[in-house]
Amino acid sequence: MSEIIKIVKIEGSAVPMRGNDIDTDRIIPARYLKEVSFARMGEYPFYDERFDAAGRKKDHPFNDPEYKGAAILFVNKNFGCGSSREHAPQALHRFGIKAIVGESFAAIFAGNCTMMGVPTVTVGASQIEQLMKSVEESPRTQYTVDLESKTISYGEKKIAIDLPETYRTALTAGSWDSTALLRANLEQVRKTAAKLPYMSAFSN
Amino acid sequence: MAGRTLYDKIWESHTVGILPTGQTQLFIGLHLIHEITTAPAFDMLRENGMDVAFRDRTFATVDHIVPTDVRQRPFLDREAEELTQALEKNVEQFGVEFFGLDSMNQGIVHVIGPQLGLTQPGMTLACGDSHTSTHGAFGTLAFGIGTSQVRDVLATQTLAMDKLQVRRININGALGTGVYAKDVILYIIRRLGVAGGKGFAYEYGGEVIDRMSMEERMTVCNMSIEGGALVGYVNPDQTTFDYLSGRPHAPKGDAFERALKYWKSVASDSDAQYDDLVCYEAREIEPTVTWGINPGQSVGISERLPKPAEYADPDGAKKAYEHMGWQPGAPILGTPINVAFIGSCTNGRLADLRAAAKIAKGRKVNSAVRALVVPGSTEVKKLAEQEGLHEVFEAAGFQWRAAGCSMCLAMNPDKLNGREVSASSSNRNFIGRQGSPQGRTLLMSPAMVAAAALNGKVVDVREYE
Repeated sequence: MSEIIKIVKIEGSAVPMRGNDIDTDRIIPARYLKEVSFARMGEYPFYDERFDAAGRKKDHPFNDPEYKGAAILFVNKNFGCGSSREHAPQALHRFGIKAIVGESFAAIFAGNCTMMGVPTVTVGASQIEQLMKSVEESPRTQYTVDLESKTISYGEKKIAIDLPETYRTALTAGSWDSTALLRANLEQVRKTAAKLPYMSAFSN
Repeated sequence: MAGRTLYDKIWESHTVGILPTGQTQLFIGLHLIHEITTAPAFDMLRENGMDVAFRDRTFATVDHIVPTDVRQRPFLDREAEELTQALEKNVEQFGVEFFGLDSMNQGIVHVIGPQLGLTQPGMTLACGDSHTSTHGAFGTLAFGIGTSQVRDVLATQTLAMDKLQVRRININGALGTGVYAKDVILYIIRRLGVAGGKGFAYEYGGEVIDRMSMEERMTVCNMSIEGGALVGYVNPDQTTFDYLSGRPHAPKGDAFERALKYWKSVASDSDAQYDDLVCYEAREIEPTVTWGINPGQSVGISERLPKPAEYADPDGAKKAYEHMGWQPGAPILGTPINVAFIGSCTNGRLADLRAAAKIAKGRKVNSAVRALVVPGSTEVKKLAEQEGLHEVFEAAGFQWRAAGCSMCLAMNPDKLNGREVSASSSNRNFIGRQGSPQGRTLLMSPAMVAAAALNGKVVDVREYE
């Protein structure tokens, strides 16, 4: 809604989060949804997996100093399933995640991420295994997610990535924050609405 | 030309145009909002000097964080109070109709939309909640959305969307005694997987769905998202029209006759082309209970817990066993429970409370079990009390509460403690979902929850019917 920011290349180190079907309740427990704004969400991703009841750190990739500062998150299948809470991608983004690479994503989660300018891109099962191993072996590896060439590269290696073409266009053209696009057509919106019989309570 | 699905028809009539991104700009006929996912959206409107584009197509309520015991303001939970006040301020400033705590129309957003006749066939509907697919029971295209999308709907009454494929799911035959709509949807998710619906809208049909009441169809559509499908729906029929007739926001008189014509026209054509078709036999469906940490990890009540190797994702199953503390091969029957929760947008309607009360009547909740009944709306509570259901529950030892989401997601004081096991009529058994990071949830039908409450363990509700 503000200035146009084109998202084409995301560069940085990565953090692996293994496992299928990681739901948004795990990414951000519901009690943090009571906050009126997203401002502090960056403190909470995976909170109950990262901290015990006394607030002591547990063993978790998001606590591991080796992965500190990671911009890219590696995940497996159906990441972000469950609740539509945008607090989940907000928490990851505000923690520092700028792109997520995985085998597959839940629909609402992927849409929420895209609207925040965070690409969710997919690779095959063996490719994600290769990426996860690479970061586990050398946590400081630098990766580049390139939405133009549809690749993720590190060192000499290059792997093809995929994402819906509409999402890719929105991100690379800087129109991922859709409100402005939608508002440009308000006249047409009113015309479409006027043709729907329920909009006039079936009065004619 | 081949016939069209309801999805195709509504998509087409609500298309405003194609955006430069290639996405479709889709008009949203009804926008339901609640306290949790809207505050930042209203903030963004204010920051950008925007108004709500179609305020008379927007309705608000409070459901997620409301206490269900003492509802006095200010709430004891300061954050809950602040969030409620934020919504109250926003609906007042932007002129949105609001069903607050003191309104007879207050309740879980997916219970009150249908109850008020706001949800109608041939509409598009959006709400910042993943269980918005519930409204699909009416032949409505209903989308669960995030907060940025809530902002888009507020500002433009439209969404930027990609079209889905349509999978028809037929349930043929007849359900056995003690087998409910909840068992049907748990069975579907078990068979198709928690991600199986990705990229699809689910159209539910077949003899079992045709015979279902609207309440039952809502239970089925509600959990579409647990199967990975953003949208789930049932074609509107006489059951739908009869339900709507006389509801406060449903058309009346001649307008109702005109509405009928439109509603009938949006149903899928008999020769509609589907992208996929699956058929299941109702006789294969037993009372079903989840044993793991996602809604696809379930078994029929007579089955034993599967080995991890029987799943496509054995590591996921191992993680589930690790959290739940069960052993593969153990029966689900007899699993001890500590808490029983009857309620939620999945199973908090009058028919659900009746089914549970039928089991509870004249019996006692096991002394080791904490049992709650939380009606899905203030209206459901009132109707249940008119029938004396609250007396049945209270005499049996259940707590009778005020309307809200309650222990489905534990954003209010209703929570599991420690390792407690809950028999729950809600929709998610995710780790930590019911308020304790170590807590455990077994999803099942409201009648099964009632039976489990009486026995302090999972039992087969068919013993009572």
